[in-house]
Amino acid sequence: MITRRQTLDKQGWRAVHALGLLAVFVVLPESAWSAKIGDVAEETSLGQQAIRFFSFRDPSVRYAVIGSVMLGISCGLLGCFIVVRKMALVGDTLSHAVLPGVALGFLFSGVSASGLFDWSFDVANITKNPSLIFCGAVVAGVAGTFLVNTLKQTTKIKEDSALGLTLASFFAVGICLLTMIQDLPTGNKSGIDKFMFGQAAAIGEDDIRLMTGVTFLIVAVVFVFYKELLVTSFDAGFARSIALPSQWIHHGLMLLVAFAVVIALQAVGVVLVSAMLITPAAAAYLLTDRMHRMLLLAVGFGVASGVLGAFISFLKPNIPTGPCMVLGASAVFAVAFFAGPRYGVMTRWWRHVSRSKRVQRENTLKAMFQVLERRDAQPEESVSLKELAERRRETLDEVSGQAQALKQHGLVTLHEEGNKILFTPSGWQLACTIVRNHRLWELYLTNEANIAADHVHDDAEQIEHVLGDDVVRELERMLDDTTRDPHGRAIPGFADIHKPFTPAVPGPSGYGGSS
Amino acid sequence: MVEPWTENLTTTFWIVLMGFLVTAACGMIGNYLILRRMALVGDAISHSVLPGLAIAFLLMHSLKTVPMFIGALVAGILTTVLIELIHKKSRVKQDSAIGITFSTLFAIGVILISFGQMEAVHLDAECVLYGEIALVPLDLVQTQLGPGALSVVEKIPGLNSEMFLNGNLLTIPPPSVIRMAVVTGITLLLILVFYKELLVTSFDSGLSSSLGINSTVVHYTLMGMLSVIIVSAFEAVGAILVIAMLILPGATASLLVHRLPPMFGITVIHAALSAGGGIHLATWLNCSPAGAMVVAGSVLFALAWMFSPSQGLLRRWLGRELDELDEEELERLARRI
Repeated sequence: MITRRQTLDKQGWRAVHALGLLAVFVVLPESAWSAKIGDVAEETSLGQQAIRFFSFRDPSVRYAVIGSVMLGISCGLLGCFIVVRKMALVGDTLSHAVLPGVALGFLFSGVSASGLFDWSFDVANITKNPSLIFCGAVVAGVAGTFLVNTLKQTTKIKEDSALGLTLASFFAVGICLLTMIQDLPTGNKSGIDKFMFGQAAAIGEDDIRLMTGVTFLIVAVVFVFYKELLVTSFDAGFARSIALPSQWIHHGLMLLVAFAVVIALQAVGVVLVSAMLITPAAAAYLLTDRMHRMLLLAVGFGVASGVLGAFISFLKPNIPTGPCMVLGASAVFAVAFFAGPRYGVMTRWWRHVSRSKRVQRENTLKAMFQVLERRDAQPEESVSLKELAERRRETLDEVSGQAQALKQHGLVTLHEEGNKILFTPSGWQLACTIVRNHRLWELYLTNEANIAADHVHDDAEQIEHVLGDDVVRELERMLDDTTRDPHGRAIPGFADIHKPFTPAVPGPSGYGGSS
Repeated sequence: MVEPWTENLTTTFWIVLMGFLVTAACGMIGNYLILRRMALVGDAISHSVLPGLAIAFLLMHSLKTVPMFIGALVAGILTTVLIELIHKKSRVKQDSAIGITFSTLFAIGVILISFGQMEAVHLDAECVLYGEIALVPLDLVQTQLGPGALSVVEKIPGLNSEMFLNGNLLTIPPPSVIRMAVVTGITLLLILVFYKELLVTSFDSGLSSSLGINSTVVHYTLMGMLSVIIVSAFEAVGAILVIAMLILPGATASLLVHRLPPMFGITVIHAALSAGGGIHLATWLNCSPAGAMVVAGSVLFALAWMFSPSQGLLRRWLGRELDELDEEELERLARRI
């Protein structure tokens, strides 16, 4: 345990150092503040603008991109824990609850203290001070989560109502304060209205310093306490049994989420910031079962959608950034939802369809085998469509469709206008394998599990398609005599499967043609 | 302090009436949301009617009532279906599904709004956030001046256009108030008619299926009604504050009484008090009326939380010594063992 912890710590610090160096190189040399992103976009074609944007020539673009990257990292990391702990809507409540804090932080910048008790408030001094807004917003967010907890503990109000109530009350107070601020006779209100839907272009140098610092803190804390967060998220009982302070970890996580929400406010806006927590993490959750991979994926998705949002707001400055980022993240989620390799809806549907087609093919091959077996014929001999239809108890049309499917897969060849079917060598091998699986399993059930011989067929009918090579080897080892199945029919063995095979084109009077 | 109630009485009256109607309709349907633990689905729908509205406007080039309601209905039902789809068909849990659905739809709505030129119909970002309940009487002025409206008024027996021009504003309410009143009336009617169905499906799904009530139909009807209420409230209080109107009255009532009929009574009283108090607060502080209404409602909730006879904080503090070992103490002791 100790060594694992040490390696985790080591990994953590390595990552922190790397990120720190990156940020130092990118942020510090550039301290000049030029025009807003929108003002630089005078080139006309999309390509030129894209080149301009991704060459990071303009400091404002650089700020917007670094800001988006930072918020992608912090929201992606914490969003994973939010999603696996089923606290998505707690994140939503928290992100709405910070609004009065933002407004108060903004107002508080007008307070100047000349002595301990000698404070004065001057409207003209009000500016957008990122640190004050940060502190106010974090306090409001924490107060919001505290209110939710108190409501749940002291009344019969359920969690969902408590969340909605807190969200709405705090948000309404924030709205009142904001509308009051907008009527104040102060010259510098710029930026405060951008907190609603977000504007990456409004990110300034001070914001970037704050965002970078907070992101470092979040990354560092997550790496150092990774094990604790993991255990409390997935196994509360085990966490209690090894005496982890689950409550404190929960509160700490909420504080970190408040940090992440607040630094994302400027770019994404109060209303949609919860989506940057939930959506990238939920998309990652659909793609992997390992927490560390989920964290990496969520960070990647968060950063990608953040930068996309910043780019769109660079192209079209009158469109708020937040919704663009959120739609980017939603697009990623939609792709993961439909086409994720393991849990995607389309992928699972396609897997289901192809599996049932395979089962049907194998059943048809098995029926051909049985027709030949009953006739005591050689594998090179042909089976007529009619025989097959009788065996499968299906119509001629259905059977002819199945024969076509087998032909496409190279398992059979068709002759006499599709009325005669012949095995190809690979088709014969597959048919033998399936029949062998079926009969071995029947033998196993009767001999080893003591099930009556007339009860084993249905079970074997299911399992014959999924028995792998190693299970078959295991069965062969367990069963002494594998030549006859419980019903007395021969089990096709190695010699049958690899019979020298010379498919012959049947003559006009082939077997069983019109009998 | 009494300024709003002495000057411009007509203006204030219409605003307060609108606020009351919005809060009452939301509060009544909100009671069922709270009982069914779907408060946050209400939150989701209140966000996602926005793209419905925006698309209805882009298609029809005006915000008439019918396309607006259809847009909202479609958006509301789509939200419920999407949440179900994501949470049934993948391993994403319901809370994340709600968060993803409403944020996506809301983002689409905001982008559509910033693309389209919708300032003319007050469909802009400001309206989404704050609502424009203060513009309700302005609506009236427009009705007064519009020649079309006047010609319509002429056809109503007992009215003529001169009555308006003479400033007799109380006689005809603004159209948005009429619309809201109709919606509130229909909500009340539906709740009265389907009282039993709503009650049974909310409390006991087993009993409801044995009585032959189709709970899916009840569910989607409730969601559809919710969308219509939300969209007619949208103009007044915006997309986000609606959630407060949905939950605050019902939550306050549930702290005070435990039976459904008196809960509805308290809901309506809460609506009236928060509308009146909110408008007063807004005039006094010079801030957003919709926000102030919610703040007033929250204050009412806080009072109920403090002084509720059955589960108030005050009773908990004072009554702790009286009940030797109440349930929670027992629970806490059990947990300690």
